[in-house]
Parts: sequence; structure tokens; C-alpha cells
Amino acid sequence: MTHARRERWIAFLMVLPSIILIAIFVYGFIGWTARVALSKWDGIRPDYTWVGLENFRHLLVGQGTTARRFHIDLWNTFFFTLLFMVACVVAGLLLAILLDQKIKGEGIFRTIYLFPMAISFVVTGVVWQWIFAPGTETRLRGVNALLHNMGLDALRWGWYTDTTSIGPFHVALIPVIIAAAWQLTGYTTAMYLAGLRSIPDELRDAARVDGASEIAMYRRIILPMLQPITLSALIILGHISLKIFDLVFTMTGRGTGFVTDVPGIFMFETTFQGNHYSQGAAISIIMLLTIAVVVVPYLIYSFRREVEL
Amino acid sequence: MSRNVRWLVVSSLVLVALVAGACAAPAAAPTEEVPAGPTGSIEIFSWWTAGGEAEGLKAMSEVFAARYPDVEIINATVAGGAGSEAKAVLATRMQAGDAPDSFQVHAGHELIDTWVVADKMEPVTFIFEENNWLGVYPPGVIEVLSSGGEIWSVPVNIHRSNVLWYNKQVFEDNGLTAPASLEDFFDAADTLMAAGITPLALGDSGVWVDLHVFESLLLAHLGPEADRGLWDGTTDWNGPEVTAALEDFARVMGYVNADHSALSWDQAAQLVVDGDAAMTIMGDWAEGYFKSVGLTPDVEFGYVPSPGTAGSFIMLSDSFGLPKGAPNRDGAIAWLTLCGSKEGQDAFNPIKGSIPARTDGDRSLYDVYLQSAMDDFASNEIVPSLPHGAAASEGWVTAAGDAMTLFVADLDVAAAQTAMAQACVDAGVCQ
Amino acid sequence: MTQRLNPMRIGIYLLLILFAGVFLVPVYVLLSSSLKTFTEVQDLSRLWSPPSGLYLESFRSAWFGIPEKGLRGLGPNLLNSIYLTVPATIISSMLGSLNGYVLSKWKFRGANVIFPLMLFGMFIPYQSVLIPLTQTLRAIGLGGTLWGLILVHVVYGIPITTLIFRNYYAEVPTDLIEAARIDGAGILGIYWRVMFPLSLPGFVVVIIWQFTNIWNEFLFAVTLLQKPELQPITVALRNLAGSQIKEWNMVMAGALIAAVPTLLIYVFMGRFFIRGLLAGSVKG
Repeated sequence: MTHARRERWIAFLMVLPSIILIAIFVYGFIGWTARVALSKWDGIRPDYTWVGLENFRHLLVGQGTTARRFHIDLWNTFFFTLLFMVACVVAGLLLAILLDQKIKGEGIFRTIYLFPMAISFVVTGVVWQWIFAPGTETRLRGVNALLHNMGLDALRWGWYTDTTSIGPFHVALIPVIIAAAWQLTGYTTAMYLAGLRSIPDELRDAARVDGASEIAMYRRIILPMLQPITLSALIILGHISLKIFDLVFTMTGRGTGFVTDVPGIFMFETTFQGNHYSQGAAISIIMLLTIAVVVVPYLIYSFRREVEL
Repeated sequence: MSRNVRWLVVSSLVLVALVAGACAAPAAAPTEEVPAGPTGSIEIFSWWTAGGEAEGLKAMSEVFAARYPDVEIINATVAGGAGSEAKAVLATRMQAGDAPDSFQVHAGHELIDTWVVADKMEPVTFIFEENNWLGVYPPGVIEVLSSGGEIWSVPVNIHRSNVLWYNKQVFEDNGLTAPASLEDFFDAADTLMAAGITPLALGDSGVWVDLHVFESLLLAHLGPEADRGLWDGTTDWNGPEVTAALEDFARVMGYVNADHSALSWDQAAQLVVDGDAAMTIMGDWAEGYFKSVGLTPDVEFGYVPSPGTAGSFIMLSDSFGLPKGAPNRDGAIAWLTLCGSKEGQDAFNPIKGSIPARTDGDRSLYDVYLQSAMDDFASNEIVPSLPHGAAASEGWVTAAGDAMTLFVADLDVAAAQTAMAQACVDAGVCQ
Repeated sequence: MTQRLNPMRIGIYLLLILFAGVFLVPVYVLLSSSLKTFTEVQDLSRLWSPPSGLYLESFRSAWFGIPEKGLRGLGPNLLNSIYLTVPATIISSMLGSLNGYVLSKWKFRGANVIFPLMLFGMFIPYQSVLIPLTQTLRAIGLGGTLWGLILVHVVYGIPITTLIFRNYYAEVPTDLIEAARIDGAGILGIYWRVMFPLSLPGFVVVIIWQFTNIWNEFLFAVTLLQKPELQPITVALRNLAGSQIKEWNMVMAGALIAAVPTLLIYVFMGRFFIRGLLAGSVKG
């Protein structure tokens, strides 16, 4: 065997353990989930009887409570993901730009923005539940109490208890988005800060020498250079929000009228409380497909780019 | 980085990993099993990890340890509300063939339709017969525990669901007496609303709470026999009484605190404690809550059966069963024998805040509310509870919960009734 | 260029302080709740009021438990979390480094397909694999063991660690590799002599990320480890809140205790996190 071929073999063997593990624990399990999703397994005892796409039909186009709930879930997840990603990216970029201005005490600010990532969702969920609990007129709680003390009564509202919706968007999602963004903005801040730091000073100085204002410099030079970061942040944030479970489950649960329900919660409850294993599996497959729809184009795009380079 | 430093880094990393794993290894070694006779160890699986439940379990375990000093009790507890995570864990274990020696489960259809139907349980009728328990447990309870002619679990306690708790001071200030019928309730509610007090405190961040209140309304309109018929298909879910119950629930929603979905049941009970609200409909674990914040039954808070349900006792029960393939079957049977005994139940219940499932409990150990509950339990019609696993299978309960979640938001009686009827059909009970 | 305190600078500092305040609000709630008594913490209308005194009993009960009442404390489980998180972090980081090296520098047939396939593992919803996971672990004899859970975290950590390292190593100029080749190094030698010494920033990012995620993870831990002596601190924490009547002051105290290691990591290694991201793993 030539030296080069031997080396390629060693390279392959080096990644083989990971390949095998992923093959079993990811793809094997996806396969199992798909099989269950196409079966009528209901109850503790496994039942792999084939029923085709019945579970999917029931979830997506059925007439009962299940389909009503799932439709709400899909819309909730759409709006949650969208607003959460926007919030994290905008806030992260803003904070990174601020921190990049040669700030005294940058370390302290950075630690404060970063460390929510260090705390478990299960804990922060409870804290945010208290913070956004609206209370009643006679006994205000949380943020509403704070707003009242500041004289801003007009800003009080029901937060996650509010069942109104603007079209398919349930406003009760807003506090959940705030809580999630709080937890993960530190990540985008760190990414953007590193990105900003990697832009050479010469580039900025040259722009200033050419007479560009700070804002124009940011708009024309810096932001475009941060695009790859934005893209990869969106992917990371996107897949977290599409799968989200712990935070919402602990903070608000499904909510009255399912206003804060997400597929992750539905899947957990229907599988482990209702014992509807095939329905839970179908929800998982749909979740996986929505994630794939977002992620696969990105993977293809980034590979094309690499091949070009 | 020089060669030596690199080697040092890698070897210390590897060393740390190995040492950490090795240190952890002894803890992961399986406990030795000793067959035959109550020796060795038994693994008891429950969700009683904190509070009065954990304390009660400990007390009962101590009685067990005194009886069988050679047996080690492994207390495998998983917390999570009314056991939602525990059930997930238990399900994955049982399917993998790794059953504990006994596990906590709500008596009734939660056990029967989940585990018995899947052929994972051994009947415990023989334990009842050997210990002459059939005369000691009320027939209503035996009925809930049974299916197909066999008894499937040993109940440790009984809780009551249909209780209305009220703040005595608030009632006195407003010249009210505890309501007996639903009309009394709504009259009192109107008076309270006019006085600026929330009539009924509701904390339904846990969806079971909606079902909890609803089942009292169902009972008020149907009466105990027809109510029992809901769960075996003999009562029509599309009938007028169910409609009336739903309409009353919609009416009740006009009298509850606006932030109900942000509160848990105990936070709602706190509203009653503070006098922000006058009443709350909750199981008798609420008494445990009132006492934990320093109140005394019949002094600051009073209790009556939920409006319209006097004479009926909606029961739920924590019980233990005997899984097939229990590693230490004799130990498990010893545990179950204790659970069903007077000694075990009188050790557990006063601390937990529930009443014994047996009719011969020692009354002197229980407080004034629990004594009245014991009296009612012995004399009332017994009806199984819906959200607490007695009346219906878990699939049915979750479907009913989903229907309630939508109903509380849109108050659409017709849609809710259709959904509830469909849930009965989907559960395989109604046609 | 010295920074003068002009309105723009003041504005910047104000914004930063405002955001910092908002970020610290939940921390204040967490901290003050842990120092309140049970009746105080139940009164949610007094959420913002500071505790009436420094009631440290919650910390004591959270850590030691209350044996007379059958309440397990968090203390014994802290070590379990360390036994779990340290090996899992180290092993998944090493695997990620090796994978990242191979996939960024070595083209063998199918390498371009393997990476995205590996990456996709990051995207599965974890609740859906609980059942096949327990059955598989049981089949290989690791059911209910700490090493089983370590394996699980290693496997599901492979995608993200590989991603971070691959992007990181892609930035390493090929000249360095060529130079090592000329010196006669083979594929493993190049890793050892060239890549590994340069990997510190990458390792920092990966270790911080993995340590935090594994330390805080709950679902796998609660499903796969039932014996309380084996459970990590996240599960023990949840058990503190297990009663029908939850003593939130104690739970919050426990949450603070459980968060200390990860907090320390972010406090002390936060700047290395940025540097690590800066050193190349940043770009998509």
C-alpha cells in the first residue's frame, strides 16, 4: 500500500469510532422512531403494527383536539423561533459592538452577559415564571408590581397568562422569548465580539481615513464581514429553539388554550403521560423534518462555499 | 509546547479520566441479590422525594426495617409533580425489563390500563386474602383496585378530591355560611365579588387542576352512580348533565382570579390564606399546605364537600403494586403486606396528611379534618377521581386535560363536550 | 488614542449598565429567594423585596438534606456530577479534536459526506431517543450505570465538538503541515507535533461548552440513572422540589449551589472563551 493510501486508511480509522457511535445512537434511533411513528403503538407494550401515515394524518389534518393542539404548536414554534433568533442576534450584536469600544470593566460586563448560559434551564424557568406572573389588580406580582411602583401602569398586561393572539401569534410567547433570549444572548455576544476583534484595525483605520462615518463603516464593512457568524449563530439558535422543551415546560407549561405549547412539550406529554408512543414518535419525526428543512440547506450552502474556496 | 509538556498534558488528562471513572465505578456496581425469604434488598420506586410524602415514606420504611432488619430498602425516587417524570423513567425501565421490586402508582385505571393491560403486574389478591383484608377495606375501594376479578395494588392512603376550603374570617366578614349546593355557591360568589374579593382561587398552571374542579361539578350534576357510569361507558358523555356541568364551569371561570394560569394549586391556596380569595376547591393535601403556613383546621380555615357533592367521596389513592419479574419477590410481598397493614398506614398517613385506606385506622393519630374525612369515607358513596388516576386510563386523562386546556380559554361548551365524549371513545370505553 | 468622556461614551456605558441590570434581575430573584424563609418566599407579591434577614437554613438543608424527614441533600450528588462531567468532557473533546483534524486536513473518500452526517446528530430532539437509548444501553450492559451516561454524553457531544474543532483546524495554514511532512511525520505525527500544540483555544471553547451542557443536563440523567447515589446534582435538585408543597427557598438555594462550578468556569475562563472563538472557530 502506498504511503498516501495507508494514511487515508488511518484517517478513516481515526473517525471510525465516532461514525459507528453516531450511526447507532443517531441514525439507528431515528430509524426506530420512524418505525414507531408508522405503527400504532399505544400503551406500555410495544406494538409495531403498520398503520402507514395515520399518526401524521391525525396530527396534521385530524378533526380532534390533537390536531388543534398540534397546529397551535407549529405556529408557536414558528413565531418563537423567529423572534428568539432575531432577539439574540440583534441584542448580541449590539452588546458586542458596545463591548468592543475599549470599555473599562469589559471583563465584568462580559461575564454578566455570558453567565446565564451557565445556569440550567430548569432553574431559570421557575425564576422567569415568578418574574412574569401577572398577579391580580389587588395583588400585583412580578414585573407588573414593578411597573406599578414606577408609575407605568399602562404597560401592565397578562404576560404568559394572556390568551389573546394576533392572527396565529400568541402574545403569551413574548415572556418566554425574553427568558430564552436572556439565556442565550451571551452566546451570540461572544461570537460577535470575537468576530469584531478579528477584523483588523488597519481596515477600520483605512475606512476612517477615507472619511467614512462610524455608522457607515459599520454598515458597509463590518456588518458584512460578520455575516458568516450570523449564519452559524442562526443555525445553532434555530435548532435549540425548534427543539426547546426544558425552559418552556418549567416556565409556563402548555398554557391555557395552549398559548405557550411547543412540539417538544406535546411530544413529552403524549408519550410519557398519555402513553401514546406512536403519536409521540410522529411528533418527533415532524420536529426532525422541520429542523432538517432549516439546517440542510445551510449545510449544502456552506459546503459549496468551501469547495469554491 | 515542548514534547515533555505535551506528554504531561495528555497523560494527566487520561489519568484524570481514568481515575474519575474508577472512583465512580464502585458506586455503579449492582447490589447483590439474595433470593428467597425477605432478605437482601428491595428497591422501592416512588416520586416522594420531599415534604410530608418523603417523611411519611421514611416513617413507613422504619417500621419495615424494624420488622425485617436483614432487608435493605433502596429508595429509588424520582421527583416531578404528580410523577410525570417518574412515570417516564418507570416506563423506560419496565420496557427494558428492569422492574423495581415495587413502585408507587395511583390506584385504579392508571395502574390497570397502563401496567396490568400490558401484562407487567402480578395480581395481589392473594395478599388481601392471606391477611384477611377484604373486610377491612371499603367495597368501593376494592372495586377501584380490581379488574378482571383480581386486585392489582395495595393502597397506602386515601385522599379526597371534592373538598371546598374557605377562609373563615372572610366568610364571617361577609355574613356567609359554607355553601351546600351550587346555587348557594354562586350566591356567595356574587356577594364576594361585590365586596371585591375573589370568590374562588384557582391555580391551574398544572392542567390537572382544571380536571379536579370539573369533576366536582360533574358529580354535583350526575350524582355518584351516574358519575361512576361515566368511566365504564354506561353514562352518556353527550348527555344534558355533562352539558350543565360544563356550563357551570364556564360560569365558575367568571369568579376566579385572573392570573390562574400563572399559579400552582398551592399558590392559589395561599390566596385563600391571605384573604385575597375566599374559597378554593382542592384535594385534602391542601390541608397540608394550610398547616405548613401555620393555620389550624376549623380555626382559620373551614371545609365542606364541594358544592352539591355532600354524601359522595371522590377518592384517589397512592398504592404499591407487584411487578412481574420483581428481583426480590418475597421482599416486595413483605413491603406490600406492610403497606396494607394498620401499622404501616398509621405510620404513613398522619405525617403525609391523608387517611388510611383501611377502616380501622387509629383515629387519635389524625387531626380534626382528617377524622371528619375518615367518617365520610366510611359512610359516603365512593367515586373514583379522574385527574388522579383512579377513574380513567392515562391516555384518557391526558385527552381530557387537553380538552380542558382549550375550554378554559374559549369557554366553548359544545366543543368541550364533543372532545370529552371523543376521549371516552378513544380510550376504548365508550362506543 | 485616549478615550475622552464624551456623550457618546457615556451613552455606551449607560446602555451596558442597563443591559447588565436587566441580565442580573433573575440572579437577584434567585439569590434573594434563597435567603428568605418559607412563608416569605410563598408571597409572590413580595418577589422584589429583599429578604427580611439572612436565612441561611435553606442552604444548609439543600446541601445536607434533612435525614429525619427523609430529605436527601445535594452534597453527595455534587461528586457524581464531577464524576460524570469531567470524563465525558475530556473524552468528547479529544474525539472532537481528532475528528476535526481528520475532517479538515485529510481527504479520503466520503469525508465530505461524513461531516454533515455527523453534524446532523446535533439536531435530534432528545426526548424521542429515550426509549431506544435505555434499551441499547441495557443490551450492552451499561444500563443504569454512570459510564452509560458518560457514553451518551460523549456520543451526543461528538457533533458539536467536531464542528468547533473542524472549523478551528481549517484555519491552520497547510504550510505548517507541509513542513512537518517534510520532516517525515505521518498523519498521527502531524497531529501530535503540529495540531495538538496549537489546539488550546479550541479546547477551551469545547471544554467550556461541553462542561456546561453536561453539568446542567437533566433529561438523560433522570432517565438513565435511577439510584439516588448515582444521580448528578441536577436530578437531586429536582428532587428537592419534589413534594406537592414545594419549599422554593430551599430549591433556589440548591440551584445556586448546583450552579457554582459552571459559574466559576464562566467567571474565570470567560475571556479564554472569547479568545478561543477568536482563534478561528467563529466562522460558520
